[in-house]
Amino acid sequence: MKSNMSDRLNRRQFIGQCAHTVGSMSILGLLLGTYTRQSASTPARAIRPPGAIAEEDFTGACVRCGLCVRDCPYDTLKLAEFGSDVATGTPYFIARDIPCEMCEDIPCVAACPTDALSKDLTDIRDADMGVAVLTGPDTCYSVTGVAHCRACYVACPIRDEAITMEQKRVGNRIYFEPTVHAQHCTGCGKCEQGCVTEEASIKVLPRHLAKHDAGRIA
Amino acid sequence: MSETAPAATERGLWQRNKWLLLRRTTQFSILFLFLLGPWFGIWWLKGNLASSVVLDTIGLTDPFILLQSLASGHAAGQAAVFGAVIVLMFYLLVGGRVYCSWVCPINVVTDAANWLRNRLKLNLSWQLKKSTRLWIMVMALATSAITGAIAWEAVNPITMLQRGLVFGMGLAWVIVLAVFLFDLVVTRRGWCSHLCPVGAFYGLVGKRSLVRMNAPERTACTDCGDCFRVCPEPHVIIPALKPEKDTDTSVILDSDCTNCGRCIDVCDEEVFRFSTRFG
Ligand code: SF4
Ligand code: SF4
Ligand code: SF4
Ligand code: SF4
Repeated sequence: MKSNMSDRLNRRQFIGQCAHTVGSMSILGLLLGTYTRQSASTPARAIRPPGAIAEEDFTGACVRCGLCVRDCPYDTLKLAEFGSDVATGTPYFIARDIPCEMCEDIPCVAACPTDALSKDLTDIRDADMGVAVLTGPDTCYSVTGVAHCRACYVACPIRDEAITMEQKRVGNRIYFEPTVHAQHCTGCGKCEQGCVTEEASIKVLPRHLAKHDAGRIA
Repeated sequence: MSETAPAATERGLWQRNKWLLLRRTTQFSILFLFLLGPWFGIWWLKGNLASSVVLDTIGLTDPFILLQSLASGHAAGQAAVFGAVIVLMFYLLVGGRVYCSWVCPINVVTDAANWLRNRLKLNLSWQLKKSTRLWIMVMALATSAITGAIAWEAVNPITMLQRGLVFGMGLAWVIVLAVFLFDLVVTRRGWCSHLCPVGAFYGLVGKRSLVRMNAPERTACTDCGDCFRVCPEPHVIIPALKPEKDTDTSVILDSDCTNCGRCIDVCDEEVFRFSTRFG
């Protein structure tokens, strides 16, 4: 009788302990999960390296090793520091600071051990880091007629394909508007860096925000 | 950082701190090798503890991070998988938690906290279960699977500190400071011996590993307790040093042992030495 009681007590204690463990771990998991999710909402300024797989898969694939950062000859890429708004340890670049120079041999992709930067990207012109958008039609020198500027167009490594200066006419005024062709634009950010207005009038939106046809490199 | 002041004996300062110094040298050398690149442009070791390339040829990858990546649903690249296999084989040879005491930079932080705790005689310690770290490990894998992101890397103090030193610190020092303070005032050896899921993972690897601590001269033990005081996982010593039967093995088979060798250092009777798991 007595041993039976203590048996039951032990079992109850054991079940209680299990419930306690599972309970506390679920809470921890929930906190960690929420935090991971939230810190994975990458801001618009941060562009992923060429070949980066879809943003929602990237934070599961990238081990945050920085090998892509190390092999980028232009110091374009950075690893996000804890406390910044990019998921800690993942690579990104800020186009206005240092854009991607679209290396022909794509060393960042070659360096990636996990294929978070997909080896399916073999021609840098197929890269789809984002897409440039004329965000400041009211500040662009060419559109407003302040100057015959075409700095973005000149900066583009694949000008005439990704970006053209289109002749527009409003009333009697004729001007040239930098026009991005999303299916060719890689999102390298050379145009954003090259723009001469104080705040760039043309900016690259990361692919997950631009949401144009992103199917080219599966 | 000697945790206890050993009685004056014929054993010199070197003998009493040999393994500790070797360990610190190894820990700092690994960090320094990673820093040679950014500081001096010598790229012998590139990347960080998550994944690295040695001499532009051999890739190494942390198996626990890779496991979380696999759990998240990403089929990792060949290079990462090969790299993780090499790392696993290495720790199967030298002891799973050798990662903890010979490589991990947080070990320096928690050892420092423990040293200060002893100096300040902070004896209060909130009791935590040893199994907690295993549960946190399971939780990290489950969270990776559910969120599709490598969950533990959002908070892991080890890679935060090491990546911080090699690539840029940001606010990562906050997490490192939190671990230090936790070990100092909340729980004795709280982080490494109770909470860290990375240590738990390498502990599992160590269940089958070859190189072990051994107490072959256990009959010479004078019950001074020095090894228990210095050991981060003192429970591992008991079955080897104080066996129930004389025929029981003197090899420390508990995979919580980190092969740090501090017990060799502090034991004046020279009871301990490294051996294989077969004695
Ligand atoms: S393509 Fe070249 S410049 Fe662009 S991120 Fe990769 S390595 Fe850097
Ligand atoms: S090399 Fe690949 S895994 Fe490493 S940080 Fe860059 S994208 Fe991530
Ligand atoms: S981001 Fe700008 S420079 Fe780069 S391809 Fe697109 S239009 Fe050209
Ligand atoms: S038994 Fe010795 S080697 Fe193992 S953890 Fe303790 S002090 Fe370190």
